[in-house]
Amino acid sequence: MKTSSPLSKQAARSRVPEIITGCIIVAIYLLVFVLEQVVSPGSMLFSVLKKGATYALVAASMNLLNGFTGLFSLGQAGFMLIGAYVYSIFTIPVEVRHSVYQYYDGGIIQHTLPFFIALILGGIVAAIFAWLIGLPVLRLKSDYLAIATLGFAEIIRAIFQWGFLGPITNGSNALRLFPNFDSMNIRQGGDPSAPVSIYFSTTSAFIIAGICIALIFMLVNSTYGRAFKAIRDDEVSAEAMGINLARHKMLSFVISSFFAGIGGGMLAMFMSTVQAKNFTSGMTYEILLIVVIGGIGSLTGSIFSAFLFVACSEWWLRFLDNEMFLTPPAKIQFIVVAIAIIAAISLLTYFRNRHASPKKRKRVYLLTGIADVLLLGWLLWFQFMGGYQMPLLRNGFRSVVFAVVIMTVVLFFSRGIMGTKELPDLIRDIGRSGQNLYHWLCGKRGTGKSLKGGANDV
Amino acid sequence: MQTVLPYLLSGISVGGQYALIAIGYTMVYGILRLINFAHGDVFMVAGLVMVYLSASLPIYVVIPLVLAITVTIGFIIERAAYSPLRSAPRMSIMISAIGVSYLLQNLALYITGGMNQMYPNIPFFTESVSIFGATTKRVTLVTPILTVVLVVVLVWLIKNTKIGMAMRSVATDYETSQLMGIKINSVISFTFIIGSFLAAVASLLYFSNYTTVIPTSGAMPGLKAFVAAVFGGIGSIPGAVIGAFTIGICENLIKGLDSILIQTGIIQQGLGLTTFSDAFTFALLIVILVVKPTGIFGEKVTDKV
Repeated sequence: MKTSSPLSKQAARSRVPEIITGCIIVAIYLLVFVLEQVVSPGSMLFSVLKKGATYALVAASMNLLNGFTGLFSLGQAGFMLIGAYVYSIFTIPVEVRHSVYQYYDGGIIQHTLPFFIALILGGIVAAIFAWLIGLPVLRLKSDYLAIATLGFAEIIRAIFQWGFLGPITNGSNALRLFPNFDSMNIRQGGDPSAPVSIYFSTTSAFIIAGICIALIFMLVNSTYGRAFKAIRDDEVSAEAMGINLARHKMLSFVISSFFAGIGGGMLAMFMSTVQAKNFTSGMTYEILLIVVIGGIGSLTGSIFSAFLFVACSEWWLRFLDNEMFLTPPAKIQFIVVAIAIIAAISLLTYFRNRHASPKKRKRVYLLTGIADVLLLGWLLWFQFMGGYQMPLLRNGFRSVVFAVVIMTVVLFFSRGIMGTKELPDLIRDIGRSGQNLYHWLCGKRGTGKSLKGGANDV
Repeated sequence: MQTVLPYLLSGISVGGQYALIAIGYTMVYGILRLINFAHGDVFMVAGLVMVYLSASLPIYVVIPLVLAITVTIGFIIERAAYSPLRSAPRMSIMISAIGVSYLLQNLALYITGGMNQMYPNIPFFTESVSIFGATTKRVTLVTPILTVVLVVVLVWLIKNTKIGMAMRSVATDYETSQLMGIKINSVISFTFIIGSFLAAVASLLYFSNYTTVIPTSGAMPGLKAFVAAVFGGIGSIPGAVIGAFTIGICENLIKGLDSILIQTGIIQQGLGLTTFSDAFTFALLIVILVVKPTGIFGEKVTDKV
């Protein structure tokens, strides 16, 4: 056994990182549950956590398709729309249907399903649509697939707003009054108006998303997942190895859409109202950018960056949208910080391009120099002539900052936060470098592997 | 006829505007194999530049300035966001294009503060004229003529000039033309310059008709123009033009279908088909991709191992 190197390597690999990962996940769930009991339920934190869990699921589903199978699809918003509508149509209580479908005599569907069955049904309907759309479209080259799925999302949006389907979809009016995450809170005696005894809304969002992402993770690590990766890396060789391209592409597309549909249902639970006009291609782009920031081909990265993205856009960077006035000392602080940031970025550019070709180096240095002079000149002007209003901060600035960060990631850090690594790989890396550090400190020769050769060898 | 004519006229006009945008898509795709998602936003930015400049400058100075600024923006986008990724996987360039589109839209949102911007009157374009009893703005008539003239000039340029020859050769085989001494970067820049110029012209015509500019007003025309380019066979300029006119006309007929059917007495009550004027374009896309993925005028490409 020991001579066949891949097998023995696998056998010799320690399971400690996986165990640590498991502990971290359990700890996060416990933390969320405890926080929910302790912190006031109106806090922004929970809104961010719920939306983050939803986006994490959708980003993971998109990553399954874009990152693991190499199919570039932009139809995520369309599948989410289907999931959200199916979920809400089947969960609005019969008693309130008249007030929701007020223009359509209460609608024609008069059944309600338990919420989790409705969620799964939403996923299944999205998957069926994906199958139908996949039949013609998956034969196409990647860019056509992108544009066709984008187009499909637009068609779906138009169909769901069509007045003729009003008795089912409520036309262009919003669906509401269906159970949302807050209905997951456990109340005394099960009476909806009684005070909450155990808060469970955020935890439930985490549980739904967690189960789905765990399924995606298992799929990616199964034989099917290996086939997907083979298709991503080289279609022709994958086919030569006996992988049925059409079948696997379809499988990946359908499964990804299934989870996007469930994500859509979760988004409906988060927003409490569903309206087709909200599911624009902008939503797909946001999710795509989450995937890119997290690292194309890393589920951990997608989850992490989904929470980061939602937290920044809904919470931490909100202040960028409000006008702000500075006191004189704060103004000086601002200018010092600004100069420090400019200097740091200039130095970074300098070091990154130290070994570039002379022509490119010259150009980069020149451009950086011009930018520096302009920025410093403007700062000087601001110090002596400008008023006390914080510059640039105005409604919409947050999105601009976001877009700039995203472009920076795309252009300069194309591997994203995690590259293609998952959490256990990361822990293994940290462990190795810790081992190396330990040996180095003790003056021994390092027996742990170097960082570079480590995680990617499996 | 009286009922159909207004829709037909505006269809032809919109078709011309789509055609000008579609050429930008089809040329960039022909050379870089990149769906330039930011192209529709360049078109929108041209509209905004017009709005802001015309507040302080006379119109005959503004129009050339708008063209020049749009061309510069197109050039900068290519240099900053696409050329560093020349050797990266195709997906990264596409993501970069989506990122640029996101950036331009957010910048526009920031600068306009989310307010609808009124497009200035271009005196010659916005005067009313009437033909065959249908009243319309003059821009409706100018658009198809201008489109055809520009396309003829462009086709001549590509057929007969040195840079046109270089563009054709880069479109045929990227690497070989590099070996033949063609300066690939300048050819690509030139392609973006032409595309942005035509998008700026299209924005002059389009917004003269629709009069408001919002940050997302470039997205839909951009996507439709791309569909037009696919419909006509991506990489082919006449194909893009024909595709754009088809889409423009069909879309406007669908917009008017309810009222046409009611006026001719076929149906009594509206069917709400107007909702589908946008969806039609994409349905057409899916149909064409299923039936003939290379489009009407596209060449058949075989994948090499």
